[in-house]
Amino acid sequence: MRATTDRLHPAHVGWLLVALALVTAPHVERLPWWITLLVGTLLAWRAYITWHALQLPPKWLLFLIAGGAVGGIYIQYGRLLGRDSGVALLVIMLTLKLLEMSSLRDAMVLVFLCYFLVITDFLYSQTIPTALYLLLVVWVITASLIGFQLRLRQPGYRYQFRSAGMLLLQSVPLMLVLFVLFPRVPGPLWGLPQDATASVTGLSDEMSPGSVSKLITSDAIALRATFSTGVPPAGQLYWRGPVMWDFDGYTWTASRDPGQRHREAQYSGAPTEYTVTVEPNSRRWLFALDLPTRAPPPARLTADFQILSPSAVSNRLRYDMTSYPNWIDNTPLTPAEMQRALALPPRSNPRTAALAASMRNQATDERAYVAAVLAKFRNENFYYTTTPPPLNVNPVDEFLFSTRAGFCEHYASSFAVLMRAGGIPARIVTGYQGGEINNVGNYLTVRQADAHAWTEVWLKNEGWVRVDPTAAVSPSRVEAGVAAAVPQGETLPLQLRGEYPWLRRARMTWDTMAYSWNQIVLEYTQDRQRQFMQRVGIDNATWQSLATLMFMLAVGVTLVVGALMLWRLRTQRPDPLSAAYARFCATLAQRGLARLPSEGPLDFCRRAGAARPDLRERIDAISTLYMRLRYGATATADETRELLARVKAFRI
Amino acid sequence: MSKGAACALPPRTANPATIAPMHREQIDHVVKQISQVILGKERQIRLAVACLLARGHLLIEDIPGVGKTTLAHTLAAVLGLQFQRIQFTSDLLPADILGVSIYDRDTARFRFHPGPIFSQVILADEVNRATPKTQSALLEAMEEHQVTAEGETRPLPEPFFVIATQNPSNQIGTFPLPESQLDRFLMRIELGYPDAGAERALLQGADRRDLLPKLTPALQPEELAAVQEAVRAVHASGALLDYLQALINYSRQSPDYVSGLSPRAALAMLAAARAWALMEGRNQVLPEDLQAIVPGVVGHRLHVARDNSRLTGAAVAAALIEAVPIP
Repeated sequence: MRATTDRLHPAHVGWLLVALALVTAPHVERLPWWITLLVGTLLAWRAYITWHALQLPPKWLLFLIAGGAVGGIYIQYGRLLGRDSGVALLVIMLTLKLLEMSSLRDAMVLVFLCYFLVITDFLYSQTIPTALYLLLVVWVITASLIGFQLRLRQPGYRYQFRSAGMLLLQSVPLMLVLFVLFPRVPGPLWGLPQDATASVTGLSDEMSPGSVSKLITSDAIALRATFSTGVPPAGQLYWRGPVMWDFDGYTWTASRDPGQRHREAQYSGAPTEYTVTVEPNSRRWLFALDLPTRAPPPARLTADFQILSPSAVSNRLRYDMTSYPNWIDNTPLTPAEMQRALALPPRSNPRTAALAASMRNQATDERAYVAAVLAKFRNENFYYTTTPPPLNVNPVDEFLFSTRAGFCEHYASSFAVLMRAGGIPARIVTGYQGGEINNVGNYLTVRQADAHAWTEVWLKNEGWVRVDPTAAVSPSRVEAGVAAAVPQGETLPLQLRGEYPWLRRARMTWDTMAYSWNQIVLEYTQDRQRQFMQRVGIDNATWQSLATLMFMLAVGVTLVVGALMLWRLRTQRPDPLSAAYARFCATLAQRGLARLPSEGPLDFCRRAGAARPDLRERIDAISTLYMRLRYGATATADETRELLARVKAFRI
Repeated sequence: MSKGAACALPPRTANPATIAPMHREQIDHVVKQISQVILGKERQIRLAVACLLARGHLLIEDIPGVGKTTLAHTLAAVLGLQFQRIQFTSDLLPADILGVSIYDRDTARFRFHPGPIFSQVILADEVNRATPKTQSALLEAMEEHQVTAEGETRPLPEPFFVIATQNPSNQIGTFPLPESQLDRFLMRIELGYPDAGAERALLQGADRRDLLPKLTPALQPEELAAVQEAVRAVHASGALLDYLQALINYSRQSPDYVSGLSPRAALAMLAAARAWALMEGRNQVLPEDLQAIVPGVVGHRLHVARDNSRLTGAAVAAALIEAVPIP
């Protein structure tokens, strides 16, 4: 039945519909609603056509839809190329292809395009769940491919899934070779230049009331750190980020281009050594514990000990750091620095200025003044909350004298203003405080919700000193983390809640897996590939040598797997009788007398005998013997041997 | 299958090997007798004979006027069996076939008057003209080889053959046999038009019906029983069963068919292939024997999917055979 060979069975279409729906599903949340609607309608349409065995829609209609979709995508995205618009275009075209699919050939094309669509999902997410889900999708796609090859009438889905699973398992060695050896370009495999990390929450270079407390709702991971010298106590875990000098009465701002470090700080005590993996945040800051000694190249250390990367962190980044918890930074301030650290906008927050003046007069020295302000925060009725009332014109005045409820940025800001008004240079440091120790993987996880702001004041003789006014109000914020400090009933991401130990444990295990996945799979960059090659004894691996090695190993692995499968085939090879007859047929086939697969031995014997009367007697003898041995009731070993001998002697 | 095979199997051991050629001669004689009446249809005749030797019922389907009834008549006459013909009509009732109990005034009891079914060969002519109720009465008797009427079960004579003829079901005034009942027939054969030579002979020769009384039975009842016994003894090797199962499996898995072949169909194929092998003078079934009977056994059991054109049994069989390699 040649005619039906290329025809599509409804089951084939069903498989394709499922595969396409699965591979498109992760894109749904990113696609505009009208594309999702269009794709869903087209899929349903195709299902309806198949179910009722209707005609496919005419070509002109498909062209019309395709044209409309292209136009819509152009209007939506302003372009046709690029990640988002490209994916949208691909999804639409694939679905339209489904509607003009009439032969098995078309279906095969669609299957391969489905494989391609799998890759596009990785452009958005490379997490373990994504990888597992897409592995499942690849399994389904492969199973449908196998279905096409078998032309099965019934959806023999078990067989298809089993074969597809076997196929994927057999490809694991090859997959590993390709993963390890495929020459990497600089940067991670899935890195994208622009819009990939457009909307990441995180710290910014500005701080106004509410800018830190809005992060409390985000359980996204900011960074992870592995300590080789043991995790420091919670009170020392100040992850230094943007340092802000400039205040306009409402907002603190970090300078766009802070100066280069001009003199070292004095470090003492035991260093803390650790490795930080920072998540993409589209900002330039790299975070380190107070106080870092140097910046990981190519980043640089600024005068106020920020670590600035030359470009925004758009990919996950990993670097080694050394910090000292005990430090003195008393490099004298330049006049310009002194001026910036004391500047206050004129006529803003007048009551605060007056309060500072009177408190400063009562205090004997600077230390006493700092202590007095902290005592004010501690003893008066200040309240730590993630949902403070809004502040308007003179936020510091309003906060200090009326609302008295705020998050870390309120305390840091008002403290710094009080200091400056009292003649003490002060600046705001934002970053993260604390983190969660993951007992399973033995590392520290810092989330966006751990975002924090504190101050540094310049004391004569002592230099810059860190003062955390939040700790005065809510000591548990620093000692036990934000979850413990936030009053009951206020919103906190589930990730930070600690009520259920098993949930905590499961979360830590999961995060450890994600961390290892990042470290081992996603962060397998050019450098780490080179390191790995060195460890196995290949120095100076270039992409040429890697490609050669990869090719050789891939061929080797394929040969080994193929040989194993061949060996398995040979162990179940046919009995000597069939083998001998096959050899006899092969001999005749060389002379143009091929036995058809469905031709019985008797028919073949007659045909061959008629075609070659010279060989007729021998053909007759062998065929007769074979038929009696294979289909007869009795067969003796002698006869089998006779057949083998005759076949062996049969030469033309 | 041409005669005078170059590769006829030489006798090995005396006993079974001489039996087969002996039966072959008998059966060749039967076929020859029938061929004198039905011209140019040797292959169909051999299939029909194989069906009866395999103790199966036969369905002959074709348009009116190609000799269905004549073939059935001839078969019965040549095999020397007691023969009854039932013309199926739309008002035929089950009792008309099975028999009816009538009150006997002398004995003051009901007495069963056996219907025409109590006969060795039944010719059920135009079986699809009767209502399904009547059809099923016949078909039950075919399966059980017995008739239950008035609460009493009565065995039917042995051997018991039903040769049914039917018109193609797209003709007016027919009740097509449901698939489950078609399955009861071991074989369905289509006669088709005779070729030009045979038709000329038909036109020149005597009336076919006149030839019938002149036929002499070619087999005695005990000889027929012996041949049927011998058919059962024909050897089917594991390799042959592999091939049979490959055919069955293909029909079940290929998208070309609406439904696959049933286990009953597989048994029917094996029985018919044994009969064919014996007719070819062999004590073992070869793949060729299986292939030879596939058109008759498989044609009415396999339904080609998505094909409006009615394929003949031969075309369906050819496609199936071509698709499955012999293991």
